Amino acid sequence: MKSDRTFFWRKLHSLSGLIPIGVFLIVHFGINYTAFYGEETYNQAAAMMGNLPFRYVMELFIIFIPLLYHGIYGVYIAREAKNNLSVYKYEKNWYFHFQRLSGIVVFLFLIWHVGTTRVAAAFGAEVTFDMVANLVANPVYLSFYLIGILMTTFHFSNGVRTMLITWGITVNQKSQNFGKMLGIVLFILLTGIGMIAIFAFVS
Amino acid sequence: MNQTFVHFIIQRQDGPDSKPYIEEFHVPYRPSMNIISALMEIRKNPVTRDGEETTPVQWESVCLEEVCGACSMLINGRPKQACSTLIDTIEQPIRLAPLKTFPCERDLIVDRQRMFASLMKVKAWIEIDGTHDLGPGPRMSEEDRQWAYELSKCMTCGLCFEACPNVNDKSPFIGPAPLSQVRLFNTHPTGKMQASHRLESIMLDGGITSCGNSGNCSEVCPKEIPLTHSIAALNKSTTAYSFKRFFVK
Ligand code: HEM
Ligand code: SF4
Ligand code: FES
Repeated sequence: MKSDRTFFWRKLHSLSGLIPIGVFLIVHFGINYTAFYGEETYNQAAAMMGNLPFRYVMELFIIFIPLLYHGIYGVYIAREAKNNLSVYKYEKNWYFHFQRLSGIVVFLFLIWHVGTTRVAAAFGAEVTFDMVANLVANPVYLSFYLIGILMTTFHFSNGVRTMLITWGITVNQKSQNFGKMLGIVLFILLTGIGMIAIFAFVS
Repeated sequence: MNQTFVHFIIQRQDGPDSKPYIEEFHVPYRPSMNIISALMEIRKNPVTRDGEETTPVQWESVCLEEVCGACSMLINGRPKQACSTLIDTIEQPIRLAPLKTFPCERDLIVDRQRMFASLMKVKAWIEIDGTHDLGPGPRMSEEDRQWAYELSKCMTCGLCFEACPNVNDKSPFIGPAPLSQVRLFNTHPTGKMQASHRLESIMLDGGITSCGNSGNCSEVCPKEIPLTHSIAALNKSTTAYSFKRFFVK
C-alpha cells in the first residue's frame, strides 16, 4: 500500500503538460512567430536560442525528459480508455477522446519534427529559415506541420481546461465554464500564432 | 395512435458463460406502460414474435420507483432504469440488452460486484461503533446538508460505470459513484473523522487520478448527482492532503 505512488506520478504527468512542456511550447511558438517579420529576424532568434548557456542540459531537462515522460505515460493512460463516442455523443466526451487521439498524433508528429530538425542538426545541418522553408515547400510536409500544430494547440488548450479540474481549481459549473472559455481562447490564440508562423515559411 | 402491440428486440443469455442471442417479442400495448410491465407481459406469455415458446426473460427490479438501482439495463443502447422508462417516450422497436461494463449473469441481470467492491475500498460508510455509548455526533450545517443530500441519493445503479470510458477490463478505475460517496462521507460531521483514510484509499492506483474528465457520469446519472463536481472537489482535497502528508503529518 505504502509503495503505491500512483497519485504522485499522475499529478506529475498533469503538471509536466504545463510546466515545462506547455511553457516551452509557448516560447517555441514565439520564436517561430518571428518568421513573420522576415528571414533575418527568425535566424537571429533561432541563433539566440541556440547560443543559450547550458543549452544541452536545458534541452534535456526542460524538453526531452519531461516530453518523453508525459508522452509515454500519456500513451499508457490513453490505452486504458474504451471508445464509447457512438453512444455518448456529449461535448466533454468528444474532448476526452480527442485529447487521447491528439496526444498520440502529437507523439508521431514530434518524432518526425525532431528527426527533421534536431537530429538533422546533430548530423551537421544548420537550423535556419531555409531549412524549414525547404521542408514546407513540399505540400506533404506542410500538411504534417498543419496537422501537428492543430493537434498540439488543441491538446494543450484542452489540457489546461482539464488540468484546472485535475488540481481542484475549477470545482463548480461556473468555474468549469470559465475553464472552457480559457481553453477556447488559448486554442484560437495559439493556433493563430502557429499558422501565421508556418505560412511565413511558405514562399 | 392506435397501437395494439409493442415490438421488443431483446439480447438474451442463458448463463454467465453462455453466448448471447437475440429474441423478438410482441407485447400487448397498454397506455403508460414501462419496460418492467412489458417484461412482466413476456413472463406471463413467453412466446416469441414468431410464435415459438421460450423461457421467460429474466431481469432484476425491486423498488419500481427509481430508488433501488437494480433495474439498470441498456434501452435502445442507452443505460437507463427499466422501471422509470415509459414505453410512450421512446422509439420502437425497443431494444433491451444487459449493461456491458458488468458481467452478465443471465438475460438482463448483471453482477454489479465491481461497484460494491469499490465502495468497500473507499470506506463508504460512517463508523459509529464503540464499546460504549458514544453519544450524539456533531451536527451538520443546513447549508452543507442541502447539497450533501443530493449526493446521498446515489442508488448504486451503475449507470455512471457503464458510461465512463475509463471503467473497463483494461483499467483499474474504481468508478465515479464511489468517489462521490467519499465526498459525501467526508462532509458528514461524524464521517469526517475518517476523512484521511478515505482520501488515502482513493489516491491509490485506480483511484481518483484514473478520472479523465469525460463527464459522461453526470450526463447519465438518473439521480442527477453532480459527479464531475464531486470529483473536482476531491481533486482539491487529495492534493491538499498530499502536501499535508508530505510536509506536516
Ligand atoms: C508526446 C505525446 C503526448 C501524449 C501521448 C500525451 C497524452 C496525454 C494524455 C493521454 C492526457 C490526458 C491525461 C489525463 O486525462 O489524466 C494528456 C494531458 C495533458 N497533456 Fe499531453 N500528451 C502528449 C504531449 C503533450 C504536449 C506536447 C503538451 C503541451 C504542450 C501536453 C500537455 C498536456 C496537458 C496540459 C494535459 C492536461 C493534464 C491534466 O488534465 O491534468 N501534452 N496528455
Ligand atoms: S452516481 Fe448516479 S449513475 Fe452512478 S451509481 Fe449512483 S445513482 Fe447510479
Ligand atoms: S426497480 Fe428500483 S430503480 Fe428500477
